[in-house]
Amino acid sequence: MDGWSNERAAEMFPMVFEGFVVVLQVTAVSGVIAILLGLLVAISDQTAPFWLRRPVNWIMQFVRNTPLLVQVLFVWYATSLYINPEWTAFVVGSAVLGIHYASYTSESYRAGIEAIPKGQWEAATALSLPRHRVWLAIILPQMLRRSTAAVANWLIAMFKEVPTLFAIGVLEMLAMVDRYAGLNYTGYVEGYTIAGLLFLAASYPVAVATRRLEIRLAKSNF
Amino acid sequence: MPSPTSNEPIIRFDRVNKDFGDLRVLKELCFDIDPGERVTLIGPSGSGKTTILRLLMTLEHVTPVKHPDENGGVIWVEGEPYSHMKKGGKLHVANERYLRRRRQKVGMVFQQFNLFPNMRVLRNVTEAQVHTLRRSKDEAEAKARDLLELVGLSDKIDNYPNQLSGGQQQRVAIARALAMDPDILLLDEVTSALDPELVADVLAVLRDIAETTSITMLIVTHEMGFARDVSNRVMMFDQGVIVEEDTPDRIFSDPQEVRTQDFLRAVLAE
Ligand SMILES: Nc1ncnc2c1ncn2[C@@H]1O[C@H](COP(=O)(O)OP(=O)(O)O)[C@@H](O)[C@H]1O
Ligand SMILES: [Mg+2]
Repeated sequence: MDGWSNERAAEMFPMVFEGFVVVLQVTAVSGVIAILLGLLVAISDQTAPFWLRRPVNWIMQFVRNTPLLVQVLFVWYATSLYINPEWTAFVVGSAVLGIHYASYTSESYRAGIEAIPKGQWEAATALSLPRHRVWLAIILPQMLRRSTAAVANWLIAMFKEVPTLFAIGVLEMLAMVDRYAGLNYTGYVEGYTIAGLLFLAASYPVAVATRRLEIRLAKSNF
Repeated sequence: MPSPTSNEPIIRFDRVNKDFGDLRVLKELCFDIDPGERVTLIGPSGSGKTTILRLLMTLEHVTPVKHPDENGGVIWVEGEPYSHMKKGGKLHVANERYLRRRRQKVGMVFQQFNLFPNMRVLRNVTEAQVHTLRRSKDEAEAKARDLLELVGLSDKIDNYPNQLSGGQQQRVAIARALAMDPDILLLDEVTSALDPELVADVLAVLRDIAETTSITMLIVTHEMGFARDVSNRVMMFDQGVIVEEDTPDRIFSDPQEVRTQDFLRAVLAE
């Protein structure tokens, strides 16, 4: 093992960047799952019958309280053994990551719903508004205003956990560094540095934008 | 069973009980209200006034009795059971579908306004017209504009509720309730959350509505001057029962019951 080399870093960059693109792709897919599934869970928690709410709550709690890495490995081996070995690591990994974070976003949405004053529901009842209309026109807009920043923060956290999928062979940045270093017996330091910097370059602006959004929402008329 | 006739009460409480846990808030409460009547409910805090209005808005539900009707425990509106529904010649506790239909003729204005903060003023007044009553957007907007003019807020149509004073918000809430063409309007301490200088405008609007419409009104208020001007009847409550009821003139100038006398003395001393 030798020390840092600028040339090697330059040589590795395109490869690691390819891995970064995969990270972004995983984030996009998992993000959509986390956003929509979390919303669905939070709404069904208020509207679904008890027999459905109860198991969904159990599952979500289980997902929140077990390590992501264990879930990823378990689902990866379980699906390839018992369901369909053709499913790629990208698909399985993105789904598990998305579901894992849906268990957190659903809590943020739920808090947003519970923070809506009871008077809003009562006014809606007094006006006999149909239930779907109450959700669409009154509850969801007020809830989204309250939970958007929290959900955005979960997505940033999720983005930073994509490397977990290295464990099942998703070709994200760690896998790329590993591949290079395995062939050349060096390059870990440069590779991890590049990976770290790419993460920073992507998540910092998003974190700042989220902060701005939070402030703007707090000040707006609605 | 009462059949609909013209001189029948629009609201009938027949031995209605309401419990919260172990606490019996309304005790075999009976009263009738005629169409077009304006009735003010007065009484100390905790005497059950809000509960009565909330039962009529179906935000609370009566405590069931074994044999409804025979044993009472039923609220009737416009000659039909309201807290209950007829099924196989018997009364059963009303389900959500039945309540959804029946409560359309009842409107409520809340102490805390409860406007929808995510909608502009105009849409606060059109939303239920369009989605509950299925009026066209144009019709709903025309009606909303008329009502907002009536409450003196034509220039605030495009504002969000939190850009308005409390008094203005409450006047929007009144317009929103009236837009549904209610037969019965419930007003629960609608000026209690307002700064004193904003109370007069809201009361003026309500006086105007009382004079120009025949909507039946149930009013809970501590504004005794207002109660005297707009109501035909005042009911004094204490601990879930009616202590005394009479015309406003008589009850305010010559209350018969000690509890009414004490209550009025306390309120007027404020
Ligand atoms: N949701 C509730 N749960 C428990 N107790 C309640 C509830 N709502 C009202 N109460 C009780 O019922 C009684 C009557 O309340 P309310 O109708 O609000 O009286 P008022 O409007 O005359 O002040 C009070 O003792 C109050 O504490
Ligand atoms: Mg009250």
